Amino acid sequence: MFKYLKQLTSLVAMVAVLFTFTTESMAAKKSKTLKNTQKKGFVRCGVSQGLPGFSNADAAGNWTGVDVDVCRAVAAAVLGDANKVKFTPLSAKERFTALTSGEIDILSRNTTWTLSRDADIGLTFVGVNFYDGQGFMVRKSSGITSTSQFKNGISACTNIGTTTELNMRDFFNSKGISYEPVAFEKADEVVAAYDAGRCDTYTTDKSGLAAQRTKMKNPDEHIVLPETISKEPLGPVVRQGDAVWEDIVRWSLNTMIEAEEYGITSANADSMKTSDNPAIKRLVGAEGELGAAFGLDNDWSLRIIKQVGNYGESYKRNIADTGILPDRGPNQLWTKGGILYVPPAR
Amino acid sequence: MNFKLKDIVPQLITVIAVVLIFGFFTYNAQINMENRGIDFGYGFLSQESSFDVQFSLIEYDGSHSYFRAYLVGLLNTILVSVIGIIIATILGVVVGVARLSPNYLINKFAAFYVEFFRNIPLLLQIFFWYFAALRALPLPQDAEAMFGVFFLTIKGLYVPAFIWENFNIFFYSIVAAIIAIILIRAHAKKVQANQGKQIPVFLISLGLIFALPILSFLIGGVRLSFEIPVLKQLATTSFIYEGGVSLPPELIALTLSLSLYTATFIAECVRAGIQGVGKGQKEAAASIGLTPNQVLKLVIMPQALRIIIPPTTNQYLNLTKNSSLAAAIAYPDLVLVFAGTALMQTGKAIEIVSITMFTYLTLSISISILMNWYNKRIAIQEK
Repeated sequence: MFKYLKQLTSLVAMVAVLFTFTTESMAAKKSKTLKNTQKKGFVRCGVSQGLPGFSNADAAGNWTGVDVDVCRAVAAAVLGDANKVKFTPLSAKERFTALTSGEIDILSRNTTWTLSRDADIGLTFVGVNFYDGQGFMVRKSSGITSTSQFKNGISACTNIGTTTELNMRDFFNSKGISYEPVAFEKADEVVAAYDAGRCDTYTTDKSGLAAQRTKMKNPDEHIVLPETISKEPLGPVVRQGDAVWEDIVRWSLNTMIEAEEYGITSANADSMKTSDNPAIKRLVGAEGELGAAFGLDNDWSLRIIKQVGNYGESYKRNIADTGILPDRGPNQLWTKGGILYVPPAR
Repeated sequence: MNFKLKDIVPQLITVIAVVLIFGFFTYNAQINMENRGIDFGYGFLSQESSFDVQFSLIEYDGSHSYFRAYLVGLLNTILVSVIGIIIATILGVVVGVARLSPNYLINKFAAFYVEFFRNIPLLLQIFFWYFAALRALPLPQDAEAMFGVFFLTIKGLYVPAFIWENFNIFFYSIVAAIIAIILIRAHAKKVQANQGKQIPVFLISLGLIFALPILSFLIGGVRLSFEIPVLKQLATTSFIYEGGVSLPPELIALTLSLSLYTATFIAECVRAGIQGVGKGQKEAAASIGLTPNQVLKLVIMPQALRIIIPPTTNQYLNLTKNSSLAAAIAYPDLVLVFAGTALMQTGKAIEIVSITMFTYLTLSISISILMNWYNKRIAIQEK
């Protein structure tokens, strides 16, 4: 009988070990990305090579922008500190490979959500943090005030590897206008070439046009034409196959938008814990166990609001106050006439 | 059986190791792609590309396939490489010879050119020619016509287009001239070997290559007219030229920087080649009564070329591969069109990068084979 004691004890030990692992955190165990992020101590985030308002580094290397804030929110949620983000600047061409190859864990780089990208290449879009559309910029002196004045032979500068190239073709084809596409790899080179007079028009997302205009030699000499030729819902992207990580990023963004809806700001978040509204109390972690579903503590959303702010604060700080797009347009809450509408956090 | 086991085993182990390493990487990539839901396959090549390209040697627009887009990029890469190699070779030979010139000014100027252009990174030179030099060019409406028909503007170089009538007769006249020259050369060689008489082959060839095409104009019914570019207004301050042929500034900047850069290395190869031929060779040739021209053609160059060709092959390969820097300035080469836009639109990273790598490999090996064949031809024939 004692012969089997040794085997028995090791079996018990094994079961015990298994049990502790399962109780520790199902979510953390299921999400390799979350586990790796917590082990490394920083969130690996892919951003643009410099687009004011969205992701732009200052001289000291500090990144700001609404896209940057999504990554900072995730860092606040999973690591407790919004500053624990490692930003990797990527060109439009490099961005998806960097994400699918595992070099970064979130791609927050003014990226348009399309069917083929979502379904085809191993990516998952988690939401929309900016509703945009493609437009055209021209020199004021050209006298052009509408795309209907475009004529055969017009040259258009743009970026490669973006939906812009495809929309541009659709647009000019439908109008029956022959055009010369001049496509660069980096946005700075597009701007430089357009500014030098290489192209008659510069086309990209309208937010991008507004942001790049601020980089021109003489911003006042250029105007963005009123027409919008496409839908460009921009949002953060994660690798396919890690559902928990996907949820964390999705709900970090949703938390920022919903916080604005309920009037919770970075300044008043702590005092909101005593609010009468259960929806508010859930968002600041005073009620419910929402974080447990991701393997996070219950203050995850409170940290996002306190350290990064709600969506409105982020927009004002990065896009409105910098003079890029003072008018929020469609990027206003649904309660205020915009189309920002997120599922409830409960 | 007399083979030695100890000779075979190491080779066998090496082969197995290489196969295993490749197998591991392939397997690893497969598993990871499967986990991330990425399909592998080359089927996308026949799909509609739905993007346009600025400059193409074959008919192409977004309704064509990705494969056609690949061809567009490949041809553009070949175009810029071939033009670059031709200009770099001419310039390199001139500068290489100039560096050996006894004239102080020519000698020092050539040395300065070589040191200046080979010591600045190529990408920087491309940016310089494209962004700095381009900005200095006039807008189309301000451009002064060169010789009344060429217009160099920020939007490109506009040159007159040739409009031919009976082009085939003109073409045949050139072919006939070339065949005649080859026959005359063979004949001249024979005459020289048998009777020691010299026939002025060069002058006769020059006459033929001009006379026959001119005859085709006079009696063959060939007509040539030009379509000169005309300024067209698009908007108050935006103009282009219509008609004629337009060369995009990206092509000009890229060709210019590639050839100026590579020519410095070729110049050094040429200098090394000429200096590598012993002084005694020249003196001996002169002493048997050869003219300076014959000394160069019959004694110096055949020996110098043997030294010049192998390193110059390297430079040709470098130029071809460096042409992929085109992506920085929007010249639609293979990397920009196929490994850039097409890769982005399809997300087929492994497939497209492997095709692109294989293409460059094929291009480089073709150049190597061609140059090795030429090198073998001029190498010492051991008898």
